Amino acid sequence: MYRKFSESVILVFVMVGALLLMWIVNGGDFFQSANFQSMAFQLPELGILSLAMMVTMLTAGINLSIIASANISGIIAAIILTQLIKPETAGLSEALIILLAILAGLSVAALIGLLNGLLIAIVGVSPILATLGTMILMNGFAIVLTKGYVISGFPEPVRFIGNGLVLGIPMPIILFAICAAVMALVLNRTPTGVSIYMIGSNPIATFFSGVNTRTVLIRTYLLSGLYAGIAAIIMISRFNSAKADYGESYLLMTVLASVLGGVSAAGGFGRVSGLVIALVILQIVSSGLNLMRVNNFLTIAIWGMILILVMVVKYLADQVQRRRAV
Amino acid sequence: MTDVFLSMKNISKRYVGVQALDGVDFEIKKGEIHCLVGENGSGKSTLIKIISGAVEPDDSVEIMIDGQPFQNYQAIDSIHKGIEVIYQDLSLFPNLPVAENIALSQLISKGDRLINWKDIHSIAEKAMGRIGVKIPLDALVEEIAIADQQLVAICRALTSDVKLLIMDEPTSSLTKKEVDALFAVVKDMQSHGIATLFVSHKLNEVLQIAERVTVLRDGKRVGTFLSNELDDEKLTMLMTGKKVVYSKYLAEIQGERPLLEGKNLSKRGNFKDINFKLYPGEILGITGLLGSGRTELALALFGVNPADSGEILFEGRQVEIHFIQDATRLGISYVPENRLVQGLIMQQPVQENLILTILSRLLNRLGLIDSQKMQDSVQKWVNELAIKVPSLDSPVQTLSGGNQQRVVLAKWIATAPRILILDGPTIGIDVAAKSAIHEIIRNLAKEGIAILLISDEVPEVFHNCNRIIVMHKGRFIAEYDAAKTSIEEIQNLINLSS
Amino acid sequence: MKKFFSRHEAYVLLVIIILSIIITIINPSFITLENLLDLFKSYSYLGIFAVGVLFVLISGGIDISFSAIATVAMYAMAVYLIRFGGNIFLTFLIPAVIGIMLGMINASIIYFFNIPSIITTIATLNIYYGILVVLSGGKWLYGLPDWFRQFAELRVFTLTNSEGGRYGLSIITVMWFVILLIAWVILRYTLLGRGIYAMGGSPSSAKRAGFNTLFQQMFVYSFMGLMAGIAGIVHAMLVQTVAPNAIVGKELDVLAAVVLGGASLTGGTGSIFGTVLGIALIAILSNGMTLMRIPSFWYNVIIGLVVIISVSFSVYRRRQRKRRTIFVEVE
Repeated sequence: MYRKFSESVILVFVMVGALLLMWIVNGGDFFQSANFQSMAFQLPELGILSLAMMVTMLTAGINLSIIASANISGIIAAIILTQLIKPETAGLSEALIILLAILAGLSVAALIGLLNGLLIAIVGVSPILATLGTMILMNGFAIVLTKGYVISGFPEPVRFIGNGLVLGIPMPIILFAICAAVMALVLNRTPTGVSIYMIGSNPIATFFSGVNTRTVLIRTYLLSGLYAGIAAIIMISRFNSAKADYGESYLLMTVLASVLGGVSAAGGFGRVSGLVIALVILQIVSSGLNLMRVNNFLTIAIWGMILILVMVVKYLADQVQRRRAV
Repeated sequence: MTDVFLSMKNISKRYVGVQALDGVDFEIKKGEIHCLVGENGSGKSTLIKIISGAVEPDDSVEIMIDGQPFQNYQAIDSIHKGIEVIYQDLSLFPNLPVAENIALSQLISKGDRLINWKDIHSIAEKAMGRIGVKIPLDALVEEIAIADQQLVAICRALTSDVKLLIMDEPTSSLTKKEVDALFAVVKDMQSHGIATLFVSHKLNEVLQIAERVTVLRDGKRVGTFLSNELDDEKLTMLMTGKKVVYSKYLAEIQGERPLLEGKNLSKRGNFKDINFKLYPGEILGITGLLGSGRTELALALFGVNPADSGEILFEGRQVEIHFIQDATRLGISYVPENRLVQGLIMQQPVQENLILTILSRLLNRLGLIDSQKMQDSVQKWVNELAIKVPSLDSPVQTLSGGNQQRVVLAKWIATAPRILILDGPTIGIDVAAKSAIHEIIRNLAKEGIAILLISDEVPEVFHNCNRIIVMHKGRFIAEYDAAKTSIEEIQNLINLSS
Repeated sequence: MKKFFSRHEAYVLLVIIILSIIITIINPSFITLENLLDLFKSYSYLGIFAVGVLFVLISGGIDISFSAIATVAMYAMAVYLIRFGGNIFLTFLIPAVIGIMLGMINASIIYFFNIPSIITTIATLNIYYGILVVLSGGKWLYGLPDWFRQFAELRVFTLTNSEGGRYGLSIITVMWFVILLIAWVILRYTLLGRGIYAMGGSPSSAKRAGFNTLFQQMFVYSFMGLMAGIAGIVHAMLVQTVAPNAIVGKELDVLAAVVLGGASLTGGTGSIFGTVLGIALIAILSNGMTLMRIPSFWYNVIIGLVVIISVSFSVYRRRQRKRRTIFVEVE
């Protein structure tokens, strides 16, 4: 579709532009492989969380609870790992417990997604309120379980997920690639995926076309929750710990990545490929700022400004297009 | 002196690529009830916007309102001269009470900063008193019926010294009783010297209420006529420029057994004791006024609005239809009345709209959508139904009304339905496109599909259906054999029963 | 009377009454004047935020940046007072001006560039907060002037309890009440207020009717900013220090309270009375937890549950009430 194509082209240009900018400001430092490697380790968490946000935005909704879901999943997995694994735990038992921990974490995240889906699709609560409620609730549970302390110290296989290399490629990137590919597949090649876009634009007509819109919405939030859970596993592995309020600024960034990647806040439009390029751009900027030793908080402020800038540019581009059409 | 209230000569308006209005003269007398008719794209809405000052006409136009000429006519001038417009959406505030909705515009124009609720109530009561209407002042507008909301909009217009009230399609959601009540109000306003300009496509209503009718076609004024010189046929010919001859078609029933049967179907507040038989290859018509329960019945058969009691038999077996999926599994398809909201997803491409109903049939062995199958299917239906579209990626909203309706039909025909329910399939579609759609429907019947055609245009059901059922207040009150009846007979029954 | 009971506020009031009874049974010190006055005082700043949030919600928008606006305003005031001294006027003037300005920035972005308010305010929340932390170095500020503390301790009337401690109706609570009154008058008795409701109910109709929607939008977000500024001062008065992370994070509690009180995210509905009830509800929940010796880390869980149940219930009721627009008079 010509419109979508030109958007992707623009994004690629922006990406190249960002790279150039970082090179100018940071010089050779930026292009050291160590820098690229660290980018490759950081990007996936944000990436998978952004995918979780994107799928809900496509339905003209939003998921404010992804970070809270990720935190609570991570905490549950962490509790299982630290409580059940003793120094003397043997290989097979350890492996089973690790599996249990991961499954438990993912299940919790999926359940939260299910709760969101039920509230939104069956009860009819607006997505902002429903996910706001579950966010507060899950933050609460996270505090109850951790009492504010950090849970840390996980076995080697767990730490590999977030830090290991497979054939020279960081494990998280592989996981992110798989997640992105699966999401793209679902969105583009499955009935559920097509329905997600259609519901975003017009849920009534979609309903009248025989699509079970309730099921599709529930699946949307379930998928969103599941992806938050996957991101959680990577996060706790990278930090080798879990706590109640990690990654609060991530919420803004997932919205930014989605919007930059072409997702419309009104629903119905947006592609995974656009999101991926947007993530790369954000990661480049983030690493650049890091190398310049910019204060963390200033970085967050910069994200905010970039989000507004992107929306303003979109608005102006839209106006231009409209003038042309008349 | 003169009895002309508003006179506009030589109105032209050009938009990019389109001449919306071309040298139109328009005049309306004081206290006159005047109707403006024309097909889609004839320029009606543009003319209204120019009269209300919302849009500026091109070039030299002579405007004279109430004896005063205008050089640079603006919206504020129209308000000062007493011209008020009620658009189709009524522009009310659903979350505010009736009294406030009525009084607000006056308060804004007065420029007061503070609100006195006593004043609001008295302004509202005075306005309602002028036309003898009583609606609870404290009720929120979203809680009252549409007909009452319309009256609230009129009261709002009455709070100013209105001389000309313009109404855009005011009767599209009203039942016959409500329409009559509205017309009584309009006549009452006339006795107070208030002129009314209606835009409407409901020709029988136009002829009922208007004193004069102005017909627009392709941006030009065809003429202004006294309504008693016109009838349906003349008016249609003036609007379309063509003499439309409807051919009568009797489909061939292809089976002994009814494909779908309804027995004693009832739903409280919707319909009662409905019995019918629908045969394959047949076109069965249901007509009657808005509010008679036709759409409600159709939605019951489609699973959106299930009946409380009674039976539905498909091929002789009793079936339960509680969800749309129950209906589609049986092969029942429904083309909705409200094309824009229920039938199509306007911002999305034609392609996506076409496949939405058959997603599960486009899967390959892995359970994923097969893009070749998808493209083949889309292309097939575009060809078969002659859908004119620049590109399959174009959003549906860029298509003409007739083509949009073809898309809706195509997406349901693609499901290979056994039964097709069409609810007002040619509403808002130009006459030429109408016959083309009828042609499509007749061909579908030839293939053995059972068709339920719901329409409030008696000629449409008369010319296309084998049998015609008249529905009134939730019940079937008569069934006619199309070969043995006439349009007048059916129309009379409908008029009598209201 | 019947109309009152069919409204959302009636249910919230009922829940408050039931909760109060339960808490009093377990710990009678809840119902004492001292406890209640204290509760009013400590929740005043959230209550002031809530008034601003209410206005924004009624207009059809949403604003979650107010906690950052309050923090910036609070800081500016504190820095000025500590460096240059000052008087009570400046204490209110500086945060008011800052709050209004930051609110206007929000309004401009939302109005002129047509960006959804949720996205805009998520962004500005982080912008305002981020810049503040950088400029302030994240430091806590102490050493506010003595008269600042004395002002905060003023009371309209003073009583003494059995242990000789003094309590009473704090001037801070009075400030909140005055703001509530002004806001109520604006919403009910001014064209501006009705225009805000109108805009929330139907933005297109509001424009057509002749309301100055630009002015109304500007007003609503500036008013929110003003409330944020005042709430910031009040918070500083309550705790006598200024810290960057004291308020940020609370925005969702306030939003939850206003929504609990009956305001809708889609705009056009909401009342001062409902908002007060909403704040009262979360205040009582928190206070009740303390008095019933429920550990404080259950707080979010309880609020989360209350929000979910309440909005579900409210949506359910709305569905029941929506009338069909075409009736079939079945014979």
